[in-house]
Amino acid sequence: MPPRVNEAIEKRTFAVLVDNEPGVLARVVGLFSARGYNIESLTVAETDKAAHASRITIVTSGTPLILEQIRAQLDRMVSIRTVQDVSSDPLGIERELSLIKVRGTGEQRAEALRVADIFRAKVIDTTHESFVFELTGASSKIDKFVNLMAPLGLVEMSRTGVLSLTRGVD
Amino acid sequence: MTTQITAEAETMTKPLTGAEILVRALVDQGVDTIFGYPGGAVLPIYDALFHEPRLHHVLVRHEQGATHAAEGYARSTGKPGVVLVTSGPGATNAITGIVDALMDSIPLVVITGQVATHLIGSDAFQEADTVGLTRSCTKHNYLVKRVEDLAGVVHEAFHIATSGRPGPVVIDIPKDVQFMPGPYIGPEEARHKHSYNPRTKGDPAKIAEAMALLAGAKKPVFYTGGGIINAGPKASQALRKLAHMTGAPVTSTLMGLGAFPAADPQWLGMLGMHGSYESNHVMHDCDVMVCLGARFDDRITGRLDAFSPGSKKIHVDIDPSSINKNVRVDIGIVGDAGSIIEDMIAAWNAGGYKKPDLTGWWAQIEQWRARKGFAYRKDPKVIKPQYAIERLYELTKDRDTYITTEVGQHQMWAAQFYRFEEPNHWMTSGGLGTMGYGLPAAVGAQMAHPDALVIDIAGEASVQMTMQEFSTAVQFNLPIKIFIVNNEWMGMVRQWQQLLHGERYSHSYSDSLPDFVKLAEAMGGVGIRAETPDELDAKIMQMIDTPRPVLFDCRVAKEENCFPMIPSGKAHNEMLLGDDGTDLDSAIDDEGKMLV
Ligand SMILES: Cc1cc2nc3c(=O)[nH]c(=O)nc-3n(C[C@H](O)[C@H](O)[C@H](O)COP(=O)(O)OP(=O)(O)OC[C@H]3O[C@@H](n4cnc5c(N)ncnc54)[C@H](O)[C@@H]3O)c2cc1C
Ligand SMILES: Cc1ncc(C[n+]2csc(CCOP(=O)(O)OP(=O)(O)O)c2C)c(N)n1
Repeated sequence: MPPRVNEAIEKRTFAVLVDNEPGVLARVVGLFSARGYNIESLTVAETDKAAHASRITIVTSGTPLILEQIRAQLDRMVSIRTVQDVSSDPLGIERELSLIKVRGTGEQRAEALRVADIFRAKVIDTTHESFVFELTGASSKIDKFVNLMAPLGLVEMSRTGVLSLTRGVD
Repeated sequence: MTTQITAEAETMTKPLTGAEILVRALVDQGVDTIFGYPGGAVLPIYDALFHEPRLHHVLVRHEQGATHAAEGYARSTGKPGVVLVTSGPGATNAITGIVDALMDSIPLVVITGQVATHLIGSDAFQEADTVGLTRSCTKHNYLVKRVEDLAGVVHEAFHIATSGRPGPVVIDIPKDVQFMPGPYIGPEEARHKHSYNPRTKGDPAKIAEAMALLAGAKKPVFYTGGGIINAGPKASQALRKLAHMTGAPVTSTLMGLGAFPAADPQWLGMLGMHGSYESNHVMHDCDVMVCLGARFDDRITGRLDAFSPGSKKIHVDIDPSSINKNVRVDIGIVGDAGSIIEDMIAAWNAGGYKKPDLTGWWAQIEQWRARKGFAYRKDPKVIKPQYAIERLYELTKDRDTYITTEVGQHQMWAAQFYRFEEPNHWMTSGGLGTMGYGLPAAVGAQMAHPDALVIDIAGEASVQMTMQEFSTAVQFNLPIKIFIVNNEWMGMVRQWQQLLHGERYSHSYSDSLPDFVKLAEAMGGVGIRAETPDELDAKIMQMIDTPRPVLFDCRVAKEENCFPMIPSGKAHNEMLLGDDGTDLDSAIDDEGKMLV
């Protein structure tokens, strides 16, 4: 499908419940690469041992037509049980965890700590000239934190990618 | 029979080995024919086959041939085709046919041998990562590491290959698992590991909405495809009924030919790049398009933004990912075409709709028909390829005939000039366009229909890709007819070079072609050659009357082009015709040249 100029690119999070079996992640990733879809982040872990189920959360982007295709393409894979569009679900929750290392001394170091405090980031490691912060939240919050830390000596970070769930009893 | 009973009695006392479990599961799935080729990693399975008279094993000459033969068997019967090949090169040789089956929605179960489980990953002899290699070209695939899982996997594989949108499934079985004793469970007891139950029944509200739209149409069309064939003969019957009730014209893709009878006055012929003049104009001008089991392929749509600009579109497909993939439709209905067409008939009746007055539309269609888009200039001295297929059709139409093809101009002429009245009688490689498909597919179709007349309409280049399967036909007494439309060129390539590449015929002429008559004889078959229109009929009759495999070398005009043709990147109503003298070189713009 040639991209339609008048269709804007949107971001979308899909929660995909899969049979936990060898190769299932390769199938999902292979689908995205074979059909030229974007993967912005992807997380996977077993979530129900008894039911042999794993949950994959994929953040992707595309035109509405492409996003509809991605969903349909996922849905028809034999190893995939359900596909849920978390972003379009008003009850959808998305969170990400990040570890961020900042190096600095003096006023810079103090400022980093103040910013971390405002964001409720946890200090999980410290030396005289560095911190490792742990921050959980929406990806946009982590992005903001990272932007603020950049001039304060950000040296390294690791992010999990988005995890998602829906609010309520179901 | 006795061997069978003893074999079954034995299983009471002694557990089966993995190989025996596999063979038993195939029999229980109703398999009667396997196309295969042995090797080290499947020898235990071949051992088990040795004792199983209910499975006919067709020994091919190359594993690609096994997969295409299985496709021919599947398409001509509606049953899944079964393939058995060894690890490594056996599996990799099979891949072309597996991709072909995926593209054309053909149900296959392909069993591949694998090195023993403890050797996997060690670059062992003839080890290939078969599940990795086939992941993107199968509907699903398995590596069976425990003999306890084997029976269940085989039964599930048949379920997956044949339900929903059909496709190929690979089962990779390590050699140690083939030797290991294990439990057998039958298809009924087997619990499927995956819950795969695609929807078959269409949404009644959408069906009602679709019929209301159709009833109000002034210029409707049914655009049908391979999905009708996949849905089984009942779907073709229902389609005929729905078409007659509504009075709308019917066109079909290459893959759907035969679902609607070519003899019916409502038939427009195939549509698309090399489709009929009338069908493409109808598609362009229609106000309501009902797409049944077709996938808006680029050979159909041409330039997307000019595709049928004024129509409301209804799309019925069993695969939700086919809907809105290439073309945005107004009503998408997910489910089995057979079931949905029947529900459409019921909804039409329930809505109290009468056959609308389509006189104006049909008058317009008659004008397009009168343009005779398939017309070609006959030649008293040289056999025109179109003429060869017309004569072949006339002389075989009253028999139980199955047609397969290779890929190229001859394939398109076959689609244009051979007329099909029933589904499952036409087998061609549409999606992948695999040269070399037709000969082995004919082997498969003939295995399934021993008394039928099975003809591969071939090009001399394509047929050489799987020529060795002619030997298979000889070995198994399969009287297939390979009708080679011999123009000495890779005709379709030559045509594109003429139209798109300034007549620079780069490497598209096959020098030193074999003498096909002698080749046939050398392989133990019969060779026949026709060189002039005068002798063509008699030679074709001689071919039909020969109860053995025949290579028919039909020498045709060398530089004939296949028309109509919608140039890449053009709209339906910008079709080129054979006789309108357009400057062909300038007919395709630069953007079009980028497309395939
Ligand atoms: C040289 C060359 C030239 C070609 N030129 C043309 C041409 O001019 N015209 C042309 O038509 N083709 C042409 N083709 C073929 C083309 O490439 C496509 O293969 C073909 O058009 C696809 O046919 P289809 O849309 O019927 O889909 P298929 O590939 O047959 O797919 C079937 C569709 O039906 C759906 N389906 C399956 N089962 C069911 C069911 N039970 N119920 C409902 N839906 C179901 C599937 O999900 C799928 O969407 C050409 C090929 C070659 C090699
Ligand atoms: C395996 C494979 N390789 C290459 C092609 C590209 N191709 C399409 S048609 C064609 C020429 C076919 O020539 P021939 O079989 O003689 O048929 P003709 O067009 O002359 O009727 C080629 C090379 C293909 N479709 N398949």
